[in-house]
Amino acid sequence: MENALRPASEAALREVVAWALAESTPLEVVGRGTKRGLGRPGQYAHRLETAALTGILLYEPEELVLEAKAGTPLATIEDAVAARGQMLAFEPADWGRLYGAAAGSATIGGVFACNLSGPRRPTAGAARDHLLGLAAISGRAEAFKAGGRVVKNVTGYDLCKLLTGSHGTLAVLTSVTLKVLPAPETSATLALEGLDDAAAIALLAEIAGAAIDGSGFAYLPAALGGTWQPPGLAPGVGAALIRLEGTRASVAERAKRLAATIGARAPLRSLDRDRSLALWRGIRDAEPFVAAAPDTALWRLSLPPARGAAVVAAIAAERPIEYFYDWAGGLVWLQTSAAADGGAATIRAALADAGGHATLFRAPNPLRGAVTVFEPQAPALARLTRRVKDSFDPRAVLNPGRMYAGV
Amino acid sequence: MKMPALDQAVLDRRAELAAALRAIVGEAAVIDRPEALRVYESDGLTAYRQAPMVVALPSTTGEVSAILALCSSRGVKVVPRGAGTSLSGGALPLGDGLLLGLAKFNRILDIDYANRCAVAQPGVTNLAITRAVEDAGFYYAPDPSSQIACTIGGNVAENSGGVHCLKYGATTNNILGLEIVLMNGEVVRLGGKHWDAEGYDLMGVMAGSEGLLGVVTEVTVRLLRKPEAARALLIGFASAEAGGACVAQVIARGIIPAGMEMMDRPAIHAAEEFCGSGYPLDVEALLIVELDGNAVEVDELIERVRAIARETGAVSIRASESEAERLAFWAGRKAAFPAVGRISPDYYCMDGTIPRKRLPEVLRRMTEMSARHGLRLANVFHAGDGNLHPLILYDANKAGELETAEKFGAEILTLCVEVGGVLTGEHGVGVEKRDLMGTMFTEADLAQQQRLKCAFDPDGRLNPGKVFPILHRCAELGRVHVHRGDIRFPDLPRF
Repeated sequence: MENALRPASEAALREVVAWALAESTPLEVVGRGTKRGLGRPGQYAHRLETAALTGILLYEPEELVLEAKAGTPLATIEDAVAARGQMLAFEPADWGRLYGAAAGSATIGGVFACNLSGPRRPTAGAARDHLLGLAAISGRAEAFKAGGRVVKNVTGYDLCKLLTGSHGTLAVLTSVTLKVLPAPETSATLALEGLDDAAAIALLAEIAGAAIDGSGFAYLPAALGGTWQPPGLAPGVGAALIRLEGTRASVAERAKRLAATIGARAPLRSLDRDRSLALWRGIRDAEPFVAAAPDTALWRLSLPPARGAAVVAAIAAERPIEYFYDWAGGLVWLQTSAAADGGAATIRAALADAGGHATLFRAPNPLRGAVTVFEPQAPALARLTRRVKDSFDPRAVLNPGRMYAGV
Repeated sequence: MKMPALDQAVLDRRAELAAALRAIVGEAAVIDRPEALRVYESDGLTAYRQAPMVVALPSTTGEVSAILALCSSRGVKVVPRGAGTSLSGGALPLGDGLLLGLAKFNRILDIDYANRCAVAQPGVTNLAITRAVEDAGFYYAPDPSSQIACTIGGNVAENSGGVHCLKYGATTNNILGLEIVLMNGEVVRLGGKHWDAEGYDLMGVMAGSEGLLGVVTEVTVRLLRKPEAARALLIGFASAEAGGACVAQVIARGIIPAGMEMMDRPAIHAAEEFCGSGYPLDVEALLIVELDGNAVEVDELIERVRAIARETGAVSIRASESEAERLAFWAGRKAAFPAVGRISPDYYCMDGTIPRKRLPEVLRRMTEMSARHGLRLANVFHAGDGNLHPLILYDANKAGELETAEKFGAEILTLCVEVGGVLTGEHGVGVEKRDLMGTMFTEADLAQQQRLKCAFDPDGRLNPGKVFPILHRCAELGRVHVHRGDIRFPDLPRF
């Protein structure tokens, strides 16, 4: 299907949706299409891209706010804020690479449509916590806006939260207003080597709940799989990683104190700013799994952090896996064979007890069509989800079936 | 204030409804004597009063579900209520409606330090959560001024903030899971102890939905480690412009304080008279800047902010050197509302948000309005996030003053929207700002929001008359307007 529509204005985009509505023709809605492999595979006669809606409309560093058209490349926005010493604090990941897209080619609209959040999520919040306002075209071909340009706002329903992570199934974002924050002066990482999963996750829980103000808590096991060599770490050694960010004096002092607290428990390695930045970029982008092994299923598990190691152990007892943890155990990237159900039943059974959910993040099309890609919903929630979809897109013209069958 | 017309058929069957409610929750948990109903006639916005038709006080999710299903089948409207501290009339009862009081949901069900969260029933007060975990060194971050009384369920409904939300976010950024009951009685669980929503972020929609979408029966909140150190600066300025410039510079230089509060001259004087915090009385604007975190960083940032204050023309600067001194700095600010209550028989608290840089202009125009309406004004301001709380001083016993105060308030909020801000930063729309929604949203914007309401509550029985100025029927909102055959295939470049 190479019939992509790329409207260059909000009005033209609205016309496309109006036409699709009149014809009851479903549209595949994407930014630049870097993550088309995420979600249930679908058949769409036409693809609607927001890639031609580009440009930063407003950037006021003192107000901590930036507004951009939805198709603006994320890289453009990150460059603009970096030039003023600021950042998108939720550390948006570059997941397009998992699906073969070029590095740095995502759009800001896609970042919010997929709720992409990186390692800082436990302390700084997710993408959903940084979207202040939006303009969009609903599946009724109506332009609407929600939220505003200020952080503190409870006027009307928070549609910014609802549309973040809705994968283009409710409305097509045309512009977004987001909160930006000062970038830390510097950062450093401490790596505690040789711990097993359970000990590492317990350590990360302890530090994440301590007053040391860490901003990244990951564990890379010894057998990471793939070809990625984590910058600054010893090959073939498992490492619990703690990132510190802040002023230079503060990072130095906290690193010293943290080393004094945990240094006796296992060999400790200290990573300077450059290595730390490269390492966390890799963790953010699920780098160990970027080079896709054939016939594998890549899962992303979101779960209560302290349960991370137990859930992984339960799955590993059933089938061979490669994996690593972020968010102090609350996020697990896990790759396994795509054979049969690709591990769906085992993984979801392990989570049923622990709480949380699993998304089949990357897999061959037949598998994504055969198992539920997003966590199956209880009946009352599934009915509510369908009614919410209907309230925005009653004729199901926007990405129908991308998240759930019939939604 | 126009509320939905009373439904006489429902009123006629009041006794029958009360009996059916008693069958669900027991004799003592249903209130229908007129003098007892008066307790519930208003919330924190006392200018509006209306006794409910009947009150029910359930204590389990099953009872809430049965009550809502009952009311659905009988066409009875329902108004949920936590502690009734809303400042926008969110819990204002309806004369032909059931008031659903959640005060009996008052237990903390689980404290899970390993996952840094707690599970609470909705009637637990905001402060009680922090009290329950502070011995272990944790706290719950959002801290609305009413935190001693307001409930966590009400905080979810209003997406409450507080003086620390610049750094730590409001309720929506600090909850992980909810159990809600829909108007049809269905129980839905959203989120849990994990960090990412599965499916649509309906928890994010529930936060700040003002009791119009569902009744919250359980909340899982994030717990944060109490910062190792906190210090504050008390900075006086000869003009609001200078104070505003200091706020802008602090943020421009990469510092996000835990709190950054500003008061104007009338508020400073009222607070100082009430508390004796040691506020300077010869300044036009007073700024409290609090830094928290690890001790090294806090001390370093205190000095940076002190330097910025000097550069921007501060006329007085004090840094807290002890916890007692830090608390004294805050005492006046936290008591600003009651302090203003002492210098005026009544006051009306507004809650708009503006882009920070428009502050001097907004203050100037509010001063003009004050002169025009003949009513005094005192301002406290969450300067870090642009949330204004102008207090309009009036006397309800003087004919016409309440109406003048309301008109003055509406003008302030309209001004907030005009300069690029919003109608409400943390108090909610409720009944108070309902009729101003059109200044911020178009018909299409409001229609889409109401369609979302229809997905949760298709008959519009949950807290009607709040938030939306005009109530449309869901059938009417749901109609799809298509022009089959009229629209040709869009004439666009193909790729």
